[in-house]
Amino acid sequence: MAEYGTAVHEASRKAMSAWYDRLAAAAKSGAPTAYLMISGNCVEILRAFDIEPVFPEVNALQLAIRKQSLPLILKAEEMGYSSDNCAYVKADAGFTFGEGAPGVGKIPKPNFIVCNFVGCNVYIKWFEHCSEFLGVPLTMIDVPFVRSDRPSDGDVRYVVSQLKKLIADCEKATGKKFDIDKLRGICALSAKAEDGWQRCKDLCKNTPSPMDAYFDAINLMGPINVLRGTQDAVDFFDVAVREYETLVKEKKGPIPIEKFRIVVEGPPPYPFYRQFRDLFAAWNAVAVQSTYSTVGGIWEFGFRHDPKNPLESIAEQMLMENLCNRSLLDRYKQIRRYVEEWKADALVIHSVKSCRLFSAGQGDMRDYFANELGVPTLLVESDLEDPRYYAQAMMKNRIDAFFESLEHRKLLRGAQ
Amino acid sequence: MIYGAGVDVGSTQTKAVILDSNREIVGRALAMTGANVSKAAEKMFNEALASSGLKREQIGYVIGTGYGRYKVTFGDSQVTEISCHARGAHFMFPGTRTVIDIGGQDTKAIRVGANGEVVDFAMNDKCAAGTGRFLSASAEVLDLPLEKIGPLALEGKDPVRLSTVCTVFVESDIMSYLAQGKKVPDILAGVHRAIAARTMSLLQRIGLGPEYSMTGGVTRNVGMVAALEEKLKAPLNISADSHYMGAIGAALFALERAETASRGKCEEAVLGGWEDGLQDTKR
Repeated sequence: MAEYGTAVHEASRKAMSAWYDRLAAAAKSGAPTAYLMISGNCVEILRAFDIEPVFPEVNALQLAIRKQSLPLILKAEEMGYSSDNCAYVKADAGFTFGEGAPGVGKIPKPNFIVCNFVGCNVYIKWFEHCSEFLGVPLTMIDVPFVRSDRPSDGDVRYVVSQLKKLIADCEKATGKKFDIDKLRGICALSAKAEDGWQRCKDLCKNTPSPMDAYFDAINLMGPINVLRGTQDAVDFFDVAVREYETLVKEKKGPIPIEKFRIVVEGPPPYPFYRQFRDLFAAWNAVAVQSTYSTVGGIWEFGFRHDPKNPLESIAEQMLMENLCNRSLLDRYKQIRRYVEEWKADALVIHSVKSCRLFSAGQGDMRDYFANELGVPTLLVESDLEDPRYYAQAMMKNRIDAFFESLEHRKLLRGAQ
Repeated sequence: MIYGAGVDVGSTQTKAVILDSNREIVGRALAMTGANVSKAAEKMFNEALASSGLKREQIGYVIGTGYGRYKVTFGDSQVTEISCHARGAHFMFPGTRTVIDIGGQDTKAIRVGANGEVVDFAMNDKCAAGTGRFLSASAEVLDLPLEKIGPLALEGKDPVRLSTVCTVFVESDIMSYLAQGKKVPDILAGVHRAIAARTMSLLQRIGLGPEYSMTGGVTRNVGMVAALEEKLKAPLNISADSHYMGAIGAALFALERAETASRGKCEEAVLGGWEDGLQDTKR
């Protein structure tokens, strides 16, 4: 008999701790490291040079979930960051330019910084600040925003040409010669982990869903975004697929009785992760899909890194196969597929106060799903990092009222 | 006779209502919530009991609602005030499709279905901009009793345009208009219009649809009612009991629960399916 999430959680914790250990070791030995962003990242290129990636966003997430973000945010505000600025940026700025934080391992000073996501201007400034204050070179990759169904050949060529520049920068930083066959092998490992990702997500179409695809998806997001292109990531997804397949067979899920199936849009309020989760668990609601889990990449619809065309497939993921670089209408399509194919009862949108990039348009999104498609939709707002924006009583009130109304309508339908 | 009670512990006031099986209000009480929430809830429930002449054991079921609903420790379960206002408004005005509740710290727009069920709702964010508190802050800065500001606002001929709906900054905004020599009724008309505009944006989010019923303490403010009706271009259903609507809705749910339980069919109660959630959220 499987116990929900134990093996996945443990495997994720182990794999991510090993990565933090490698970073701490690199801080000591001076082994090459580089900053990278999660969204549509090109970690495969760094791996081809054995450069360990550092993700400042993961630092920020760790700080928030450990309830350490506020003093660092305040420190960044003292430095001059506005109170409206992205709290992820501020927490990491307070952490990086201050004295760090207890419990978060030693993060090495990178050899260089790769800004691979330019859809957010604040993120560009963040990495520019890091480059300036840490005194390390910056490689800026300009990724055009995609408004059509597919990126054009010109878009792909444009990004590939910049990846070649990144390769040259990596050669310079490490003194190693680029080996395309090594990159092909790494892309093959990426594709294997991506197969596992898609399988895990597909298993959530079952009732009950074997995983909470929002709250527990972070166990999968670490390995797929940070460790992609390694055997560790492949091994992790083998564990995950095995566990979720067993749970499906045993008809088990994250809560004893799955009563509501929801799709969630937007990142969670990390400083109140447990409390927020409990508000849904109290109503036996399980997230069967989430858009946040695809901020790094969207693999559930079939995209894979291609060992035959490594650079082009990396470019394609950066351009199109991640949530952030897509148009809002594409996000609608993604959510609509989630609601329909994963048979969800409702959509919950968690809007992030300090991120206008991600949150702008969510009012229209709510309107589209609630009024045009008739999908019950709840829009709540707080923040992913800044605890000052979260009010438990108000959050609870809205969530309780929403599920009361869903329950009431279910009963009325049953009575008809 | 079966009785049900609803206790609405709001951020500003606590209201209690007891209904009999004819859905008649047989007891009620209202007071400021204050710092001791449990005590306020219990006190109002006891006062409502006293006003009805009933004994505690005669009340079949008690439901707590409002922000302090989990402090109604003597109650049987809790329901959010969103569901309760919808239920109460639909009961009093069965044609209700939209409920506007302006409370002390919350403004709610609720779309209601034909059976009184909540179809959609929108509320102000984590900010008291444009809520009842905004009105009382305006009254305080003008040194007027709260009940005077509505009638005075109706006298305004040339309403000022407030630059903010922020409950904190409204004070300096009003001071600057006073310094410019603006008349108090014009300032108050501007205050009420600002809240009406803010409320309209909430209503637009859920979609406008008559009939409109207004609930909550601000229903007693004639200036606010007029400003909203002007914006809506439609009349608002209001009764003398609208102030108690959250407690009435809770009492209706409680009564249904008590009646179904007395028939020995708990699982079929309107509230029946909510039990899992309610028990868990009680933690």
